[in-house]
Amino acid sequence: MTPSQTNSSNARAAGATRPNQKTVLDDVGIRRALMRIAHEILERCEDLERLYLVAIPNGGVPLARILGANLKEIAGVDVIVGVLDTTLYRDDLNTGSERPLLRDTEMPSAVDERFVVLVDDVVKTGRTIRAAMDALMDFGRPKTVQVVGLIDRGHRELPIKLDYVGKNVPTEPMELVRLRGDQGNLEGALEVVVTDATERGATP
Amino acid sequence: MIGTDLLGIEDLERESIERILHTAERMQEVGNRVVKKVPTLRGRTIVNLFFEPSTRTRASFEIAGKRLSADVINFSTDSSSLKKAESILDTARTLDAMDPDVVVVRHGVAGVPKRIADVLSAPVINAGDGAHEHPTQALLDLFTVRKRKGRIDGLTITIVGDILHSRVARSNIYGFIKMGAEVRIAAPPPMIPAAVETLGVKAFTSLREALDGADVVMALRIQNERLSGTYLPSVREYSATFGIDRETLRYAKDDAIVMHPGPINRGVELAHDIADHQHSVILDQVRNGVAIRMAVLYLIAGRQERSFG
Repeated sequence: MTPSQTNSSNARAAGATRPNQKTVLDDVGIRRALMRIAHEILERCEDLERLYLVAIPNGGVPLARILGANLKEIAGVDVIVGVLDTTLYRDDLNTGSERPLLRDTEMPSAVDERFVVLVDDVVKTGRTIRAAMDALMDFGRPKTVQVVGLIDRGHRELPIKLDYVGKNVPTEPMELVRLRGDQGNLEGALEVVVTDATERGATP
Repeated sequence: MIGTDLLGIEDLERESIERILHTAERMQEVGNRVVKKVPTLRGRTIVNLFFEPSTRTRASFEIAGKRLSADVINFSTDSSSLKKAESILDTARTLDAMDPDVVVVRHGVAGVPKRIADVLSAPVINAGDGAHEHPTQALLDLFTVRKRKGRIDGLTITIVGDILHSRVARSNIYGFIKMGAEVRIAAPPPMIPAAVETLGVKAFTSLREALDGADVVMALRIQNERLSGTYLPSVREYSATFGIDRETLRYAKDDAIVMHPGPINRGVELAHDIADHQHSVILDQVRNGVAIRMAVLYLIAGRQERSFG
C-alpha cells in the first residue's frame, strides 16, 4: 500500500482526517484520473452521439458529472448523464434486519442502442456492478456496457472487470474506502479516504 | 426503525413515517418505467387476507407486490355472517402453515389484524380494521399532500364527514398531527367521537368555519347504512350542510386541494363536479397508493433471515 498521506493544499475544512484514516486519492488526483479516463472513453467509443454515462449513487454521481464536463471540454459533445440506484437489485436484501435507504434514479433517456458507461466510486466485490447491469437492462438494450471505477480495491467475488480505473488501491477486506467531499457531502473538493477496520460497521 | 408489523399510524414514530414517504418517492420512479418491475421480493409470497369486500385497496396491494416481483395470493372470505374469533384465527393459522412472507389483513372488526399478528409468524399489514385504523391510506394521503404542497408541517387539514366510524379519519388524524399539521374535523355532532380533542384536533359543527383558511379538504365517504336516521336525518340534509361544492370550497385557501379516499358518493359528500375539479387530487391518491404500498412491503416483507430448520 502506498498511501499519499501528504494532503494537497486544498481546503479540508469538514473532512479532517482522523488518526485511523488516510487519504489515498485527493481532489487533484481524482480530477487528473477523470481527465485521463475521459480521453480513454473517447478513444474507445465508436459513436460519441450515443454515449450515455450512468452514475451509481451516491459516489458515482459527482464523478459522472465531472466526466461529462471533461468530455464536453475535450470533444465538444454533450453526453447524457443518468443516475441509477441499484438497491432494489441487490442480492443481500434478505440478510439484514433493516432495509437499506433507497437513492434517486433519474434516467433521462432509454438505453437502447447506446454505449453505456457505468460510473462508480469504489469497486470491491463486483456485486453492485452486477446489480447495476440488471437494473440497466430494465431500461432497454444497450449496445455495449463498460464500467468506470475510480478506485479498484480488488476482492472481487463475481466475474466483473473494470474498463477504466482511476487508481488501484490494495486494501484489507474489512477496511472502509469511500469518496467524500469537503462539506460532509459530495460537493466541493473530493477525496478518497481509507478507514481501518476498527471503526468498521456493516459491509456497504 | 419500522417494526415487524404495520397495524396503525398511532404506533409509528415520525421518523418511520418519513422513511416510508422517502422510500415511496423512489418506488414511484419504478412505476414510471417501461418495465414496471424490480426483483426485490422475488420468491416472496404476499397473502391478501380480506374479510371485508374491497376492490381498490386489494388491487393496490396486489399491484405493489407484483411490481416488487412477489407472488401475490388473494384470499377473500365472506364476513357478512359474522365469524367467531376462533375461526378467524384458524384461517390465519392455516395460512401461516403455507409460509407467507407477509399477510395483508382487512376485517370489519377493530383489532382483528392485531389478533392475527399475535398468532402468525409472518409480518402483518393492516389494510383497514373496523373503525380503528387504515394506515396505508393515511400514508398515501400524507404522501399526496407532501408532493402537492411540498411540506406537511404547518398546513391546515380539514377532514369532513363521519369521523366516528372512519378508520381513514383516525389514521389521518394521527399521521397529520405527527407530521406537524393542524387537523380540523367537521361533522354533524353525532358523527364526532367523544373527547376527540384529546387527539389534538379541533372539532367544528360548521363546515364554513372548519374550512376557513384550510390547505387540504378531505371528504370522507358517507356510508348509506349510517344514514338511516340514527346519525343523520337524510342524505339530502347531509349534503346541504356538509357536502363540498364550489361554493363551500371558497372558504378554504385558493390553492386548497380536495381529497377523498374513495369510492365517492357523487352528490353526497362531494358535489358532482368537485371530483373532477382542478384542485382535486383524488386520482393522485390512487396512484400514490401503489408507491406507498410498495414502500411498506419493501420495508417489512421478508426482512428477517429465514431459517431452514
